Amino acid sequence: MNPGRIKGHLPVLLPARKLMLSDIPLHDRLFNVWTAGALLIAFLVTAIGPSFAQAEAAPARSILTILFEWTPSIAKAFGFNVLISIMAMAIGTVLGVGLGVLQVSPRSMIRRLAWIVTQFFRNSPWLVLLFYCILLIPFKITLFGMSVPFPGWIKAVIGLSLPVMAYMSEYMRGAINSIPSGQWESAQSLGFTRFQTMRDIILPQTIKRVLPPWMNLYAVLTMATPLVSIVGVNEVMSLTRAALSAESRVDLLIPMYLYILCWFFLYCYPISTLTGRLERRYSVKL
Amino acid sequence: MPWTPDQPIISLKNVHKSFGQTEVLRGISMDVMKGEVVCIIGPSGSGKSTLIRCINALNDIQGGSITVEGQELRDPKLDLLALRKKVGMVFQQYNLFPHKTALENVMMAPIKVLKQNRAEVEIRARALMKKVRLEGKEDAYPGELSGGQQQRVAIARSLAMNPDVMLFDEVTAALDPETVKEVLVTIKDLAAEGMTCILVTHEMGFAREIADRVYFTDRGVIVEYGPPQSFFDDAKDPRTKQFLSQIL
Repeated sequence: MNPGRIKGHLPVLLPARKLMLSDIPLHDRLFNVWTAGALLIAFLVTAIGPSFAQAEAAPARSILTILFEWTPSIAKAFGFNVLISIMAMAIGTVLGVGLGVLQVSPRSMIRRLAWIVTQFFRNSPWLVLLFYCILLIPFKITLFGMSVPFPGWIKAVIGLSLPVMAYMSEYMRGAINSIPSGQWESAQSLGFTRFQTMRDIILPQTIKRVLPPWMNLYAVLTMATPLVSIVGVNEVMSLTRAALSAESRVDLLIPMYLYILCWFFLYCYPISTLTGRLERRYSVKL
Repeated sequence: MPWTPDQPIISLKNVHKSFGQTEVLRGISMDVMKGEVVCIIGPSGSGKSTLIRCINALNDIQGGSITVEGQELRDPKLDLLALRKKVGMVFQQYNLFPHKTALENVMMAPIKVLKQNRAEVEIRARALMKKVRLEGKEDAYPGELSGGQQQRVAIARSLAMNPDVMLFDEVTAALDPETVKEVLVTIKDLAAEGMTCILVTHEMGFAREIADRVYFTDRGVIVEYGPPQSFFDDAKDPRTKQFLSQIL
């Protein structure tokens, strides 16, 4: 038996020559207690190290105090990110379901058109789409004498909803096609029209299949919301930059951004975990 | 010319059907009167399932004519909903809606398609569940039911539309031998009540027991047909004889 596989014999403690690297599964090789520990230490050193280095030179408030003071503002700005992500997701989902249904239309013209739209937005960089929306949509629209303002963040929501729509459209197409054709036939034989079949029988069954990738998409979208800071929307990244210039302390840069990363991690990690669990639960059942 | 009950409820005349280059039905003719029970048997690939699906307009035909209660199915003005109300169909794979309970499966079409009153439909649906001997399983999801139970829910679901004709497409082929019987008993009850039934089946004993007529199809044509007694005991055509000798 290979010593590397014996319980309690950590590979690192064994002579290098005797340990066959190929004996250990890849994920164990890359992610183990030691690499995790090393990563954590590296993080702490980069995060807290500078503050110690600076501490002697300028006796000022500690980094932690500053972070703590800024937390309410950061929370508020992060809430704005969440709001943008939820709205973009809602709009993108509704449009995406519609587009996905059109992608399986019996009319080949509609089917092809929906396919082109889907592929176009699915293969465009999100940032470019954002810029495009910011520039294309006027800041206010006048309809029947009423002017509806379009602030930058609404435009950003629309810009982010486009790729969501495209991904959702693909998920829906796949899910609809994965429903056995017998469902269509039995519905047809009971007198259901195509529209009724889609609405009452096919779409409800796709929810289970689409839910895990949909949640995954939401996590990805949330992590992409800082993009909107580039087009001038005051979300958490803009605030961070403002905070950093207000404090004007070099040693604050890295801890501050790490702090923001933690916010995103704490929000997105539960979603990905839940997604993984749902995927496992639904993968076996038909 | 309006249809009257003394005319065939279903009439096929020289029906031709092809999938692309493959001709599956090559001139099928048969008449079924109201209340008759007709069994179609034959080797796999002989077109029996296609034939029965054409009667429900699930497949279209390329030649000949099919009429249901006098209504020509190839008529471009055909009211599909009216046809599907008249003709119920049960499939080999049950095809129940897995996201709905057994009772909801039965209630769905009358409510969504016929826009009938929910409370009235529910009363009828519960009676139908009782009729197929599934009392107590109303709230079970299809995944929680055995094959035979699912198939009986499928029968109840079709009956909820109050059809005049029932089509059964190898409804016991996917079932365990023990559960076949419970489905056959249900069909027998229906036949006894005077429901017009067309069955594609491999259950020869059952066909012999309940059929008014048995058709043997092979390679898209009807080779031989007749009352079960003479058909099974005294087949004329060598192909029928060969098939029966393999099966029985």
